[in-house]
Amino acid sequence: MAAKAKDDANAKEFNVAVAGVGGQGILTLAEIITAAAFKQGYDVRMSELHGLAQRGGSVTSQVRFGAKVYSSLIKAGHADVVFALEPLEGLRAAKMGTAGRTHFIINTHEIVPVSVTDLGDKYPEPADVKAKLKAFSKQVIDVDATGIAEREAGSAVMSNIYLLGIASARGLLPIRRELLLEAIKESVPEKYFELNRKIFELAK
Amino acid sequence: MAEDVVSGKAGGKAVMLGNEAVVRGALESGVQFASTYPGTPASEIGDTFAAIAKKAGVYFEYSTNEKVAFEAAAGAAMSGLRAMVSFKQFGLNVASDSVGPVAYVDVDGGLVIAFADDPSGWSSLQTEQDSKAFARMMHIPMLEPSDSQECIDFVKRAFDISEKFKTPVFVRLTTRVDHSRTIVTLGDVVRGNRKARFVKDRARYFTMPPAIIALHEKIVQKMENVRAVFETSELNRVLNAGAGKELGVITCGSAFNYVMEAMSDLGLKLPVLKLGTTYPLPEKAIKSFVGGLKAVLVAEELDPVLEKEILALAKDANPKLKVFGKAEGAGKLLPAAGELNTELLEKAIAAAAGKKTVFDYDAQAKKFAAVSGSLARRFPVLCPACPHRSTFYAVKNAAGADAVFAGDIGCYLLGIFQPFETQDFLLAMGAGEGVAHGIKKANNVTGGAQKVIAFIGDGTFFHAGMPALLNMVYNKSNPVVVVMDNRITAMTGHQPNPGMGKTGVGDPTEEVSIADIATALGVKHVKVVDPYNMRELEAIVKEFMKLDEVSVIVAKRRCALLDYREKRKMGNLVTFEVAGEPTFEELKKLKEYGCPAYAPDRKGGLKIDQSLCWGCASCVQLCRPGVVRPKMKK
Repeated sequence: MAAKAKDDANAKEFNVAVAGVGGQGILTLAEIITAAAFKQGYDVRMSELHGLAQRGGSVTSQVRFGAKVYSSLIKAGHADVVFALEPLEGLRAAKMGTAGRTHFIINTHEIVPVSVTDLGDKYPEPADVKAKLKAFSKQVIDVDATGIAEREAGSAVMSNIYLLGIASARGLLPIRRELLLEAIKESVPEKYFELNRKIFELAK
Repeated sequence: MAEDVVSGKAGGKAVMLGNEAVVRGALESGVQFASTYPGTPASEIGDTFAAIAKKAGVYFEYSTNEKVAFEAAAGAAMSGLRAMVSFKQFGLNVASDSVGPVAYVDVDGGLVIAFADDPSGWSSLQTEQDSKAFARMMHIPMLEPSDSQECIDFVKRAFDISEKFKTPVFVRLTTRVDHSRTIVTLGDVVRGNRKARFVKDRARYFTMPPAIIALHEKIVQKMENVRAVFETSELNRVLNAGAGKELGVITCGSAFNYVMEAMSDLGLKLPVLKLGTTYPLPEKAIKSFVGGLKAVLVAEELDPVLEKEILALAKDANPKLKVFGKAEGAGKLLPAAGELNTELLEKAIAAAAGKKTVFDYDAQAKKFAAVSGSLARRFPVLCPACPHRSTFYAVKNAAGADAVFAGDIGCYLLGIFQPFETQDFLLAMGAGEGVAHGIKKANNVTGGAQKVIAFIGDGTFFHAGMPALLNMVYNKSNPVVVVMDNRITAMTGHQPNPGMGKTGVGDPTEEVSIADIATALGVKHVKVVDPYNMRELEAIVKEFMKLDEVSVIVAKRRCALLDYREKRKMGNLVTFEVAGEPTFEELKKLKEYGCPAYAPDRKGGLKIDQSLCWGCASCVQLCRPGVVRPKMKK
């Protein structure tokens, strides 16, 4: 059901969740995956949330593609890939995952919520995030995508493209690379495409 | 994406947001006039119109509120044009005063009201209203699409029905239809070319009694005529006809998607009646569908309105029919509050069919609860550099935490969260001022001494704040009204408003001054202040709180997100860092200020996350000079 469905538009639906903090480019990443899946000939549905609900808060967008997709929402435990643009939000998305199925790809750059700064909540230790996700995942890949994007492209904004690059390079997403690149090209301003391509291709 | 909406060729395919598809449907119907007041989850209907109106040759406006938006569209339709108005469910409440009467008069041009209910309140913080009742109360047909393709198709049908029967038509959307992207096949865009002309017609528009009684009778009959068409309409369809007699499903809107997926996952093939017309219901079609069944599950978002009507129909057609759904009683398999999803439908269908779910959702929830219980909370927060933050901080300092803080609808409703706690209640657009008057007046006439501050944004002030402010003047109460003027309607996605000097399609227009309005309404104490200047703002609040007349402070500064984007583009953003050693008192202030760029450092102090600092320098004011300062470039 999972990643082996490469290039197969007749496959059972493939479920991708993108979790993070509102304003991090969650919708952009989900839209790129949606556009690429469409180009590959899949039926595709994406759910997103707009407006105040997302600004600075926990946000999840979901993309589902396959031969026939009925709903834009992923059932608990049914995600194949979870992109977490922030570790705490990765852990909050644990409910989407199942042992033996779900790949979590996490940006380790922390965005500390005000509840931690001012109200005494505890931000989890990086090792704790990984340990707790174990029961909900097949694999947890964590990487400082923000640091890499800042270093290599001069902007943290492209960290989501780095995470996408990892999924693509490791064959975790049954969408062809050139279609992902095409979708990236259509979604970013022209003058930033080469930098985005660099970040995407840098990821291994 | 908005580009596809106007330029996509007939026969072509595209992935389209539900809200964009509503606009495409209107363009394929020859719409000539569109109006809205922004409200999420419906906002992108208006925003898409704003983006494409000039190219598509459609008139579009952001009106001052939903009632005015509806009236504008009604005027266009009364002049023979096809017109669409859109808003969220609370907007329908605001507009309803005018919607009801328009249903009583025959409107020549197609008039479609696209509105969004918001199950689970993803973007609606006040109630989880189900607006299906409006169709019944006002005798207006209601269509409910399930996905973007149906948004296009149903809007086209809505215009046809509207003109055929000379009635407004509701298109009811819900969040997961508005905000899902699904694949659509496009039809032809039709460029409307009618010339507006209002025709005087006393027989049609003279609604006073006794005519009102005859008109009432007429629209009741009109709905029966519409029902007759709906009985055989392709908007209602039966899937898996004849697949078993034990259990069937009747569903509509987004619930249809969950039903189909749940059946597929469970490996079940049940007969399904998918209703596209949820008012008036195709009664004969429903009776015929339930006639041969032992049980039926009704799946609809929010209240069990259809379920109860179907139950009544079954009494006649199939008295032994067991009805499962949301209504209280033995047949309750779905929650009546909160949005539906596939899991809930899988559980309900499995229970009704005597099967097991394909996944142990309860075990998963339990396993997750063990992790999530201790997770740090993340509330939505005001952006870094948001002028509302310094307004809240300064006003709370001046007024004291005991003052009553009347809240309203806009980004500033985030003041309800810690550490601000400067929105003691949130009710409806403009209700902060109205209720503030009531609280203050009640205090004044009974010897109470509570101080009352009412917060309201610029967009909300224009929408519903002016009558309430006038009422304070007229009926002599004395709250301090703080208009948080960030020069745009920010929360719903940066739509322009009358304070900005430009229209919805970017044309220049009169820039209306809030301070001048307040003065014209009779407020004698009006001051405009830059909210980044917290010391000045504090002084004004203290001064105004002593007055026994209403006062208005306009805290005026452009939305920080727009400034930040501009600075980033120009490459002139200067960020700040904690360079000195803050005292205990300064640390406390910095934490209470609640800027998301601040995070604890390893030594028990605070640091500024450079990727989140937008350079407003407000925090500099909270410390001695040099403690927080511009970050030096290495």
